[in-house]
Amino acid sequence: MARKRKYTKSQLREAGQGYLFMSPTIFTLLLFLIGPIIFAIFLSFTRVQLLGDTSFTFVGMENFSRILDDTRAGIALRNTAFYVGVVVPVQTILALVLAATLNAGLKAEKFFRIVYFLPTLTSSAVLVMIFMWMYRPDGFINSILGGVGLPTYNWINDPNIALISIMIMNIWATAPFFMVIYLAALQDIPDSLYEAADLDGANAIQKFLHVTVPLLRPVTGFVVIMGIIGTFQLFDQSYMFSGGSGGPDNSTLTVVLLVYQYAFAAYDQMGYAAALAVLLALVILTATLIQRKLQKDEEVY
Amino acid sequence: MVLYSILTSYAIVTMIPFLWALSASFKPLAEIYEGGLNFIPQEFTFQNYVAIFTEQALFPRWLFNSVFVAVIGTALNLIFNSMAGYALARISFPGRRTLFITILAVLMIPAQVTMIPNFLILNELGWLNSYQGLIIPGMVNATFIFMMRQFFINFPREVEEAAAIDGLGRFGTFFRIVMPMAKPALAAQAIFVFMAFWNNFMAPLIIMTDASMYTLPVGLNAFQSDYGSYWNYIMAASMVFTLPVLIIYMFFNRFFLKGMSFRGDK
Repeated sequence: MARKRKYTKSQLREAGQGYLFMSPTIFTLLLFLIGPIIFAIFLSFTRVQLLGDTSFTFVGMENFSRILDDTRAGIALRNTAFYVGVVVPVQTILALVLAATLNAGLKAEKFFRIVYFLPTLTSSAVLVMIFMWMYRPDGFINSILGGVGLPTYNWINDPNIALISIMIMNIWATAPFFMVIYLAALQDIPDSLYEAADLDGANAIQKFLHVTVPLLRPVTGFVVIMGIIGTFQLFDQSYMFSGGSGGPDNSTLTVVLLVYQYAFAAYDQMGYAAALAVLLALVILTATLIQRKLQKDEEVY
Repeated sequence: MVLYSILTSYAIVTMIPFLWALSASFKPLAEIYEGGLNFIPQEFTFQNYVAIFTEQALFPRWLFNSVFVAVIGTALNLIFNSMAGYALARISFPGRRTLFITILAVLMIPAQVTMIPNFLILNELGWLNSYQGLIIPGMVNATFIFMMRQFFINFPREVEEAAAIDGLGRFGTFFRIVMPMAKPALAAQAIFVFMAFWNNFMAPLIIMTDASMYTLPVGLNAFQSDYGSYWNYIMAASMVFTLPVLIIYMFFNRFFLKGMSFRGDK
């Protein structure tokens, strides 16, 4: 059928209805998502003056080159990379092991699912409050550790430990969420594969390593990329733990916290903050695209 | 059995922080500072809950702000995401494909990029420190537009055709026939959107400059830095904060897992 040049009346009405249905979405998309993305890229090449009349001065690559000389940016990047590098593998493996254990046909599966889901439901603000309280020098965790003769730590105020405290809390909070995702995938694996492995004389651990883990590769890809996206964006926890400073001694300073500090604590640094944010977005996007590519290659086999 | 002991010990590890916080919320401050690892309060008291509602002038206000923003925000999302999903699935209009691809692309953009420009835009609009500043930018959600589109593509056309024969127009069909039949999809969406509004920390932190406009997460954080040592109050406030989500979860558990496995498949 040749493409019609003229629309009939009913087609026009249909199109009008379509736009009407889409209008809230188009409005929000333009004003609060696509507009801001373009605006952010523009901002990253300017110096923003907010006092009095807002003004934008074009400064070229100055903001980006400044990142290289910024010691705090270097620290924030190192902290974030360390955090991503530890939390993503640990929470993924923990989630997989928990899901496989839970999938072994136990009766109380539903109960465990509900319990494990609690931290996912709970706001980061509440989780941070509870952990800050338990992490106190004479708090719950040190009492338990001391009680069984293990060393105790100054979890929040020791620069060597503070970021690790946040890691422990977040692995505890997010591993069960990924466990539920693994669980859904595990229930799709046909029993016949395990029966075949049984005939070959495989034990439980061999079955896990040679049947379960390879079959879950696509889900693992998803879990890893969600983990990377989430951990790169660490903000709430380090903000609350350090009262917004990223301390003690910059030990909990993350890239997003630094963006926040430059943009909203020092109002004249917005252009520089935007440059940092754009760079972070590029890193996250690259990670996402690499993962998609790997996943596609895998489907070819 | 080994499996049970692994699962049970991890369940205990998960539960302990919540139980410990819950028990502290019923203890007087002195008992908390005595130390001791008793989960059952020696002196059981509701005083902490009474105090945060009566003595902490702003706590009821924060609770109201959180409920208001989350309820209105969720309602708008349910209507607008469904409308968009329906249009993308059923109505033919020029630019439909472009819009759909744009929505998919937007899913991948991290929020940190839009944070600074959105602040400047809200500033220009005079919407900083206002409810609409928190609600309007979040009134649609690309993930759930995508989900609703998938739902409506699989929705039986005959139902809509029957409604059309009965003389209902596009809007009548949508609001009176299609939407009521989409309840399961809407329920799953409502839970996730409500939680996202309820638990959001960064947006209200940036947008709300007045302490009376804070939502609970920001309020709780401010409360902690002002009254750092009153852990009995902070824990009571944390429990009040967590309760609504738990209730919703209990009621909608099955939709929850459905929504989760939808996410897991993608």
